[in-house]
Amino acid sequence: MKSDFFKSLKITLVFCVIFSIFALILWAFAHAFSPNKGQVEIVTLHGKVVGADNVGQAFHKDVYFWGRPSAANYQADASSGSNKGPTNEAYLKDVKGRIDTFLLNHPYLKRSEVPAEMVTASGSGLDPDITPQSAYVQVGRVAKARGMNDEAVKAIVDKQIEKPLLGLFGPPKVNVLKLNVSLDKALRPNGN
Amino acid sequence: MNTELLGNALQIILMVVLSYPLGKHIAKVYKGEKNLMDFMAPVEKWIYKLSGIDPSEEMGWKRFLKVFLTLNLFWFIWGFILLVTQKWLPLNPDGNGNQSPHLAFNTIASFIANCNLQDYSGESGLTYFTQVYMVMFFQFASAAVGMAAMAGVLKAIASKSSKTIGNFWYYLVRSVTRILLPLSMMVSLFFILQGMPMTFEGKMHIKTLEGIDQAISQGPVAVIVSIKQLGTNGGGFFGVNSTHPLENPNYLTNLVESISILLIPMAMIFALGFYLKKRKLSFIIFGVMFFAFIVSTSINVHEEMNGNPRITAMGIDQHQGAMEGKEVRLGAAATALWSSATTVTSNGSVNGMHDSLMPLSGAVTLLNMQINAWFGGVGVGFLNYYAFIIIAVFISGMMIGRTPEFLGKKVEAKEMKIATLVVLLHPLLILLGTAISSFMFVHAPAFVAKEGGWLANPGYHGLSEMFYQFTSSAANNGSGFEGLGDNTPFWNYSAGLVILFGRFFPIIGQVAIAGLLAEKKFIPSSAGTLETDTVTFGVMTFAVIFIIAALSFFPAHALSTIAEYLSM
Repeated sequence: MKSDFFKSLKITLVFCVIFSIFALILWAFAHAFSPNKGQVEIVTLHGKVVGADNVGQAFHKDVYFWGRPSAANYQADASSGSNKGPTNEAYLKDVKGRIDTFLLNHPYLKRSEVPAEMVTASGSGLDPDITPQSAYVQVGRVAKARGMNDEAVKAIVDKQIEKPLLGLFGPPKVNVLKLNVSLDKALRPNGN
Repeated sequence: MNTELLGNALQIILMVVLSYPLGKHIAKVYKGEKNLMDFMAPVEKWIYKLSGIDPSEEMGWKRFLKVFLTLNLFWFIWGFILLVTQKWLPLNPDGNGNQSPHLAFNTIASFIANCNLQDYSGESGLTYFTQVYMVMFFQFASAAVGMAAMAGVLKAIASKSSKTIGNFWYYLVRSVTRILLPLSMMVSLFFILQGMPMTFEGKMHIKTLEGIDQAISQGPVAVIVSIKQLGTNGGGFFGVNSTHPLENPNYLTNLVESISILLIPMAMIFALGFYLKKRKLSFIIFGVMFFAFIVSTSINVHEEMNGNPRITAMGIDQHQGAMEGKEVRLGAAATALWSSATTVTSNGSVNGMHDSLMPLSGAVTLLNMQINAWFGGVGVGFLNYYAFIIIAVFISGMMIGRTPEFLGKKVEAKEMKIATLVVLLHPLLILLGTAISSFMFVHAPAFVAKEGGWLANPGYHGLSEMFYQFTSSAANNGSGFEGLGDNTPFWNYSAGLVILFGRFFPIIGQVAIAGLLAEKKFIPSSAGTLETDTVTFGVMTFAVIFIIAALSFFPAHALSTIAEYLSM
C-alpha cells in the first residue's frame, strides 16, 4: 500500500511533465499557425477592434441587425443558457412578450414570419449567428433606420450568408457582427 | 435532403468507419504486439523507471484492484489540494479564487471518476493551472484507468486458466502514450487551426460595435477539448461546454467533437473482438449497442427538429426546430444527435442545454444513462455490459436447461451475486438520491431556500432536474439539467458520493468477476454449451438490460418526463 502510494505520487509527477510538454507544443503551434496567435479571433472596423469573430455581442440600435436573446446578456466571461424547460409557463410568457416586441419593432411582418430563434435564448448566451431567414426579416427595419432602400441592405445580407459545410452538411448562417461591420463599411465609409 | 440530417448521417458513418481500425490498434496495444506507436517505447521506459514501476509484474485481480484504488486515493487528495489552493498557484491571470471545500470535494470526485460533473463554471471556478493540471490531467488519467480495467478484464477472459490478469501500470501507461495522447494531439492541432483559443493570456477586453465593454474569457481551450471528447470525460473549459462558440467554433469542429465522443467507446468493442479473436461476438455486442444508439438518436432528432409544440401554438415560424438552449451554427439536429451520443457513452459534454430539451428527448437522455451499458465510458462501458452478459447467461441457462457458461467458464453463484449487486446498485443510488432530494424539497423548504431554492423550473420538470443530477452522477456521465442550482453543500456532497459509489463499486465487482472466472478451469464448448455470439443471445442481453433498467426507472419517469410530455 505504502509503496503503491509513492509510485502513484511519482507517476503523477511524471505525467504532469509529459502533459506540460504536450500543452507547450500546442501553445507554440497555436502561436505560429492559428488565426490570432492562439487568442480569440478579432474583427476590426476602420482599424479599430470591435469584437470577436466567434463571440456574439448585444445589438440594440435600429441601424444594426440584432442577434438572439441571451440569458447571459452577452457577457463573454459568464456564458449561460436560460435552462428553461419547454412547459415552464413563466418562460412561455417571456417568449410571447418577445414575439410582441419583435412585431412592434418590425411592424411589416406577419406573426407567422417571426423566426423562433429570434425569440428563444441561445445555449451559450453568446451565439454569434442568426439564420439567413432571421436576417431577411430585419432588412426592412435596418434599411429604414439607415435611409437606404431594402434591396441594397438585402444584397449585403446575401453576401454574408455562410453556406452549409461543402454545401451539404449543417445549417446555413449569418454572423451578426460581421454583417453589421460590412453594413458600416458599405454605408458609412467615413465612420460617422 | 435536409442538410442538417445529412450532417448527422455523416457523423454517424465516420464514427463507425474510424473506430474499426482503431479497435484493431487498441487490441495490439494491450496484447503487447507490434503496433504503430512503438516509437513511444523509450518514453514509456522512462516513465516506469522514474516512477519505480516494474511493468512486467503479473498481478492477480486483488492486487490489480489494490493498485487501482491506491492510485485513485492519492489522486483524490492531490486534486483536492490543488483546487482549494488554486488562487495562489501560478497561471491565474484572471485572479480567480479558491474552490470551497464542498465544491472541491464534488469536483475532484467527479474528475477522478471520469464523470466531469461540474458544479462550477470554468470561466470563474478554475485557473489555467487547474484547467491543465487538474481537469486535463484527470481527463487523461481517469480515461486511462477505465481502459486499463477493461484491458485487465480482456486478459482475464482470454486466459484459459490463470491466476493473473496482467499489470495495471502497464495498461495505464500504454493507454495514455499509445491511444489517448496521439489522438488528442491530432484533434487539438485541428481545433487550433479552426480558431479555438490556445493561450495563457487572460480575458480579452474589447468595446463592441455599439460601444459596450465586453470581457471575453479565453485560455488553453484546445488542449482540453480534445481529450474531453475522446476520453468520455465531458468537463468543458467554459460553463456551457461545447455550446460555447469558443469551445466549438463551427460545424466542422462540432463534427470532429461529436465523432470523438463515440470513437474510443466504439473502438473498445471492436478491440474486444480482435483481442479475443472472436469478431462475431464483438459484432453482436456492437450491434446491440448501435441499435440502442440509433433508436435514441432518432427519437431526439425528431423531437428537437419538430420544435416546441407550445411555441408552435403561438403561431410563429419554428421550422428551425426547438432553438431554446441551442446554437444557430450547429442546428437542432446536431444538438439532438449529440444529446444521444453523450449519454449512450458516459461523456456528458453538451452542445446545447439539456434542461431545455423536449420532454421525450430528456427522457431518452435519462434512460441512456440509467442503462449505462450502451457504449458507455471508455473501458468501463463494456464492463457494465459484461455484468449484464453474466446475468443474461445465467437467465438463459435456466430457461433452456443448459449450464450457464461464458466463453468456456462456468458462471456460478458467487459471480452471479456480484453481477446482481453491481447492476442493482445503479438504480438504488439514483432513486434513493432523487427520493431524498424531492422529500427535502417538499418537507424542508427552509433548508432548500437557504441553499438558493435549487430548481429553475416548477412542476414535473423540476423533478426531472433532480432526477437527472443523480442519474448523471451515478452513471459518471457529467451532463446536467443545468437549471439546478447545484453548487451547494447538499448537492456537492450528495452527488459527489453518488459519483464515487457509481465509479468504484462496479469496477471492483466487474474485475472481481473476471478474475474469479479466469481462475476457473476452461471447459471446451460442446453441444450443451450456450452460444453467446449469436443474434438470439444479443436480443436476450438487450431484453435483460431493458427490463432491469427501464422497469426500475419507469415510476420515476412517469412522474417527471412522461408527465411533462403528456401535459404539453
